[in-house]
Amino acid sequence: MGLVEILSDHTLQTVAIGAAILGAVSGVLGAFAVLRQQSLMGDALSHAALPGICLGFLWAGSRDLGAILGGALAAGALAALTVMAMTRLTRLKTDAALGSVLSFYFALGIVLLTLIQRQAGAGQAGLEAFLFGQAAAILREDLQVMGVLALASLGAVALLWKEFKLVTFDPVFARTLGLPVVALEAVLTVMVAVAVVIGLQMVGVVLMAAMIVAPAVAARQWVTRLGPMVVISAAIGMGAGVTGALISAMGRGLATGPLVVLAASAAVLVSILLAPGRGVIWDWMKRRAERRALGGQRVLTAIHALAAEHGDPEYPAEQSMLDVYFGGGTAAALDRLEARGAVRRAAHFRTEGVHWVLTPQGQAEAEDILAGGEGDRP
Amino acid sequence: MFFRPRAEVQGRLHEPGLALHVEDLTVSYHARPVLWDIDLDVPPGVMAAIVGPNGAGKSTLIKAVLELVPKTAGHVRVFGAPYARARKRVAYVPQRSSVDWDFPTTALDVVMMGRYGHLGWLRRPGRETRAQAMAALGQVGMAAYADRQISQLSGGQQQRVFLARALVQEADLYLLDEPMAGVDATTERAIVKLLQGLRDRGRTVVVVHHDLQTVRRYYDWMVILNVRVIAQGPVAEVHTAENLRRAYGGQIALIDAAPEAPAGAGTM
Ligand SMILES: Nc1ncnc2c1ncn2[C@@H]1O[C@H](COP(=O)(O)OP(=O)(O)OP(=O)(O)O)[C@@H](O)[C@H]1O
Ligand SMILES: [Mg+2]
Repeated sequence: MGLVEILSDHTLQTVAIGAAILGAVSGVLGAFAVLRQQSLMGDALSHAALPGICLGFLWAGSRDLGAILGGALAAGALAALTVMAMTRLTRLKTDAALGSVLSFYFALGIVLLTLIQRQAGAGQAGLEAFLFGQAAAILREDLQVMGVLALASLGAVALLWKEFKLVTFDPVFARTLGLPVVALEAVLTVMVAVAVVIGLQMVGVVLMAAMIVAPAVAARQWVTRLGPMVVISAAIGMGAGVTGALISAMGRGLATGPLVVLAASAAVLVSILLAPGRGVIWDWMKRRAERRALGGQRVLTAIHALAAEHGDPEYPAEQSMLDVYFGGGTAAALDRLEARGAVRRAAHFRTEGVHWVLTPQGQAEAEDILAGGEGDRP
Repeated sequence: MFFRPRAEVQGRLHEPGLALHVEDLTVSYHARPVLWDIDLDVPPGVMAAIVGPNGAGKSTLIKAVLELVPKTAGHVRVFGAPYARARKRVAYVPQRSSVDWDFPTTALDVVMMGRYGHLGWLRRPGRETRAQAMAALGQVGMAAYADRQISQLSGGQQQRVFLARALVQEADLYLLDEPMAGVDATTERAIVKLLQGLRDRGRTVVVVHHDLQTVRRYYDWMVILNVRVIAQGPVAEVHTAENLRRAYGGQIALIDAAPEAPAGAGTM
């Protein structure tokens, strides 16, 4: 298919819009979950959705989407509250509580799933589509449900922005201000369950956690404030969703959900490597630049010291002497200093070899360095 | 040994003019009492030090006032009202903030959070809040760091940001748990001046303080605590070698302790 045909394809449009909605919601809510150190919460909630899906199916007696998503939401919320209760009432740490809740609910879900499949006989209930997602099965009507859920949760975040921010950053302080911290945390958590429900058809319970965590982790690399982080996280989520949908439409029958997750993971990889300030490669390059600058500074001050010793600001320092003094090659550092006009080559009246003199600019720089320190005073 | 100035404290019990009134307060962690039958009164407009050895329960006392830890017994009044109703008049700086320092937020952001209580639900902080926060950062000498991510501040600078957050709360009662820990001498003097300025404007400032050398210079009111209240009252009366020995036992050499006050006069 050509790109134009692909873009005008009805199914693709539906899938892409659905994936974008999912990406935006999970990006926004995932940012809060990750910052609350509850990356695993998405995992627990999505796995917990499975028994809810099965119970919804059993209750409706058919593959009724409303019942199934309702069941998933209820089970997810119940699992979230279980985790909160476990960490508050026992001395279990959150990761341990999440781990045990996750496996319990998922095991329960698998048991129910096999039961249903046996009951339904050969005419499969088609529930295992929820394990890994089945984007192609999404209908236009489903988009409406997803859209309403998305608007509701994003609206809540917009309205309660500063409360959510405070509860996420400093819950103790939030308590002293009289905020209902537990209730706000519960709302944040339940909304993650909503995001999971939105993503169930698309990505499935197994990979859904990645949609919660990946955009947020990637976004965190690029920013120093919460607002931009949430916006970037949503954008990465949407981008990954649409990218996954497009690739799936072009490739022969590759499943959309895993592609979306792969796209989000690629964003994480790029961000971890490249983001200014936090990226690994950026960090490495900056440290190298700093090491060089430091080397240059030390050479500069050494020449300055020699000049001072000889009472001659234009004293030519011999490069081989500097090499001996620093126990290694100063040539590169001197070249860089020369390139920016801090030193110049000079002839010495008696000895051979390269000699260096501080330019006026170099003298000023050396004095600055020696004056040193940028401590702070109130 | 068991001297407790019940009678006199009882006399002031329901004086509504008190900034902080604590009565019969007992707090236990895992059934082990760490504060025992505390009766405490802090009049308004003083700058009070709470001193006592490590583990004396100073932080716990403040947390109990703020209802951050459950009380086993007793009650607290802030300006004559239960804490829940006086919340807006109280600001708190914890000893060690347990926040995630890598959180994507700047010093200015953190200080603005001090205004959230006054803004109330739904309202967003605007230009005015920003200006207030900048002014508070200036007061603690951190204006130049307003846009720094908080993980890129030194420990003392982080402490000052949290102090600034308390300042913008414009409270009447400040509860500060070792705000001077980890700040350099110059900054400590600046902070003390700042707090004394608050007191001079009629605010009440209660500070957990560790340096017994400076208590007399900085404060006008003093509470000595070690699970129980050992003594409380004006610094000149309370800061005695006898009282400090009772709180700290043999733990400290009482260099230049205050001249002995007449027995018992230190407590009220
Ligand atoms: N969360 C807790 N769980 C159990 N025990 C605690 C807890 N917090 C404090 N304690 C105990 O309560 C007692 C009082 O602690 P608190 O932190 O109030 O002391 P402090 O006077 O503030 O000491 P410091 O000068 O070291 O800050 C200590 O013995 C401490 O071990
Ligand atoms: Mg303490």
